[in-house]
Amino acid sequence: MNSDSGITHAIKLDQLQRDRTRLDLESEEIALTVNNLSLYYGKSQALKNISIKIPKNRVTAFIGPSGCGKSTLLRCFNRMNDLIDSVRIEGEINLYGENIFDKSVNVSDLRRRIGMVFQKPNPFPKSIYENVAYGLRIQGVNNRRVLDEAVEKALKGAAIWDEVKDRLHENAMGMSGGQQQRLVIARSIAIEPEVLLLDEPASALDPISTLKIEELIYELKSDYTIVIVTHNMQQAARVSDYTAFMYMGDMIEYSDTNAIFTNPSKKQTEDYITGRYG
Amino acid sequence: MISKWFKSGDPWIWMTAGAVSVSLLMVFGVLGLVTVKGMVYFWPSDVVSAQYQMKDGAQVHVVGEIYDDELVPLQRLRDAGEKLDVDTEFVERVLFKTGNRDILGSDFRWLLVPKMLEQNRPEDLTVIERREWGNLYGRLKSVSEKGKLVAEGDNVWVVFQQRVKRVENLFSQMRSLEKNEIGEVNYELEKLRLAERRIELSGQEDHQTQKKLDQERSALDARYKILEDKLADLYTKLQRDTYVVEVMGGKTVEQSMAKVVRAFQPNAMSIVDKLGHYFDKVWEFVSDDPREANTEGGIFPTIFGTILMVMIMAVLVTPLGVIAAVYLREYAKQGPLTRTIRIAVNNLAGVPSIVYGIFGLGFFVYFLGGSLDQLFYPEALPAPTFGTGGVMWASLTLALMTLPVVIVSTEEGLSRVPRAVREGSLALGATKAETLWRTVLPMASPAMMTGLILAVARAAGEVAPLMLVGVVKLAPSMPLDMNAPFLHLERKFMHLGFHIYDVGFQSPNVEAARPLVYATALLLVLVIIVLNLTAIAIRNHLREKYRSLEH
Repeated sequence: MNSDSGITHAIKLDQLQRDRTRLDLESEEIALTVNNLSLYYGKSQALKNISIKIPKNRVTAFIGPSGCGKSTLLRCFNRMNDLIDSVRIEGEINLYGENIFDKSVNVSDLRRRIGMVFQKPNPFPKSIYENVAYGLRIQGVNNRRVLDEAVEKALKGAAIWDEVKDRLHENAMGMSGGQQQRLVIARSIAIEPEVLLLDEPASALDPISTLKIEELIYELKSDYTIVIVTHNMQQAARVSDYTAFMYMGDMIEYSDTNAIFTNPSKKQTEDYITGRYG
Repeated sequence: MISKWFKSGDPWIWMTAGAVSVSLLMVFGVLGLVTVKGMVYFWPSDVVSAQYQMKDGAQVHVVGEIYDDELVPLQRLRDAGEKLDVDTEFVERVLFKTGNRDILGSDFRWLLVPKMLEQNRPEDLTVIERREWGNLYGRLKSVSEKGKLVAEGDNVWVVFQQRVKRVENLFSQMRSLEKNEIGEVNYELEKLRLAERRIELSGQEDHQTQKKLDQERSALDARYKILEDKLADLYTKLQRDTYVVEVMGGKTVEQSMAKVVRAFQPNAMSIVDKLGHYFDKVWEFVSDDPREANTEGGIFPTIFGTILMVMIMAVLVTPLGVIAAVYLREYAKQGPLTRTIRIAVNNLAGVPSIVYGIFGLGFFVYFLGGSLDQLFYPEALPAPTFGTGGVMWASLTLALMTLPVVIVSTEEGLSRVPRAVREGSLALGATKAETLWRTVLPMASPAMMTGLILAVARAAGEVAPLMLVGVVKLAPSMPLDMNAPFLHLERKFMHLGFHIYDVGFQSPNVEAARPLVYATALLLVLVIIVLNLTAIAIRNHLREKYRSLEH
């Protein structure tokens, strides 16, 4: 299950050149608050009474073995699970104090505020330009100048501008996987969301592309609140400020990334990050 | 050994390959037959002159073209009383086109080759195509103008050709006058009559409008009078010349030049001349109106009618099919109801086309058309406007018939659009409808085109239902002309498929028309191929544009 199957020891944070300053969740401004969230697929329960606070302008990573519910939880934030008929959700998620499951919430508006990047790059079969402009066109922006600016800004923000600026009107399907994924990120940030959800964004990519995505995540956090799901614990350790460990639909442990990787408080967490199960 | 060979699967490969080859051979065989038979029709074949020995021993002079030949058992001929001094088992018999229907009563006769004596092909034998009575075969003797001899002997052919040109010119003038100017005046007059009737029906007759209408009418009548005079003038000019021909048997006949379409001397023609004549005839065939109960002339109205009907059908069936498929696949809750609907749709594809024809006649023509007439065209009643077969109802009927294919293939296309792409769009804040419109439907468009290709292929060749809802043997005017509103959807039209049936089986002169049937069939196949290739080209372009399903 683990893409880095060689890991048998706890992550060596020093080797990752991490900033060792301790973060304190209590002093952060909170973007998303999850209260007692339970989710059922038909009769089986996928998320069990989860509560978590996602701080603003930080990177929060969800780790855990396959099927633990981390992607499901992530897809709750922008209500992607609404697309599945058999899903039933209890509890609430607040985005700056507003319950996103409230009847008065417009799902499209919510998804504009909470963007999402998927595991596999999923560009539309359109030009690079049109891919990035898609979200804005949906919002009714058709002014060429406005779109040009927004596209350039988003592509620069996703660190792909230099690679594509000469072929903006070529089909996006002709790009490499890593480029496509950065294009998809550019597409998401073009509509300037508040939160960016990344569902294993680098799992289908080669190491160099992965590195580029990770650097990008690091840069994006000054503007966006980022939640990332990853299988790769080194990646979680490298990019995240906070880490949540999930197992079988339960939130086992959630705290500052440094603390999780150096001094986990639960036995299960320690076992997982040292590769003893998963 | 054998069982091992069976187990290897090779026999199945050979069998399937064999079956494919046989199918292909059959298809190309049919196409080849149609092509050869159809294309030969336009070639100017030699005119043969011969002495034919009748049963009673008398000899008659025959002149004509050899059209077809076959072998007949000698015994059968002997039994029929023919005296033949040959000792082969079979005797060759030819279908001989003597033409001259007005003189001889029929165009064709069967002749036995051994009894055709002194066969030769004199160069001065002339074939004269006429607007009535079919071809005339014979020797041109003289040309007269208003009863006065103008050419005789050696220069008669040259003079005759000049006069044929003149007649052709006059005739096309007359036709353009009839079709355009007079047609327009008639159309205006009819509109006027309807307007008057409308006022009468509404009970709001007053002097003012009545006067205005009368004025318009007299203006039109005056215009008509002028045109009529012009036409009469042209007609007298057309009748000026006559010619004398010596036909088979040595009889001479005098005929009016007005009826001549073209004349040629095939025995004297070089290969280049023949080729020129050939392409001339082919062009006439595809661009001209039919004449002589469809057995001569061109078939342009049928080509036009077929293409127009298919186009209208495509315009009607695509939105209906796509909307139905989108609802079934994207919006309807999947369950027993949608399953039932799908089964029903699939079964509709198997309903015989004549049933659609009957439905179209009952529902579209009588019910919808009848109601439309009551509501919007009461002034024309009891003559129906939409309450009778027409190109619109025919297209609608075929659209209904081909709807299932479009629904099924669109659904297929929709289901192939990856979830990831839909989610990508939704995650950017697009609603379901926006996602469908901007991403899913474009990506499914090649599949829609596939459906449309199948629909066009089926609709273009369909005849049975059309006979009930608007196809006619001979349409007086085409559904598209120069009179506003230009496209007349209520008009009846001609269709290649029906034309084949009509010419081949309903024609008064089946032998003469048979090659025309092949040529028409060839053209129908060509039209369908062109329509399909166009649609396929569009689909391939779309596929290239939205190529992403591979990953």
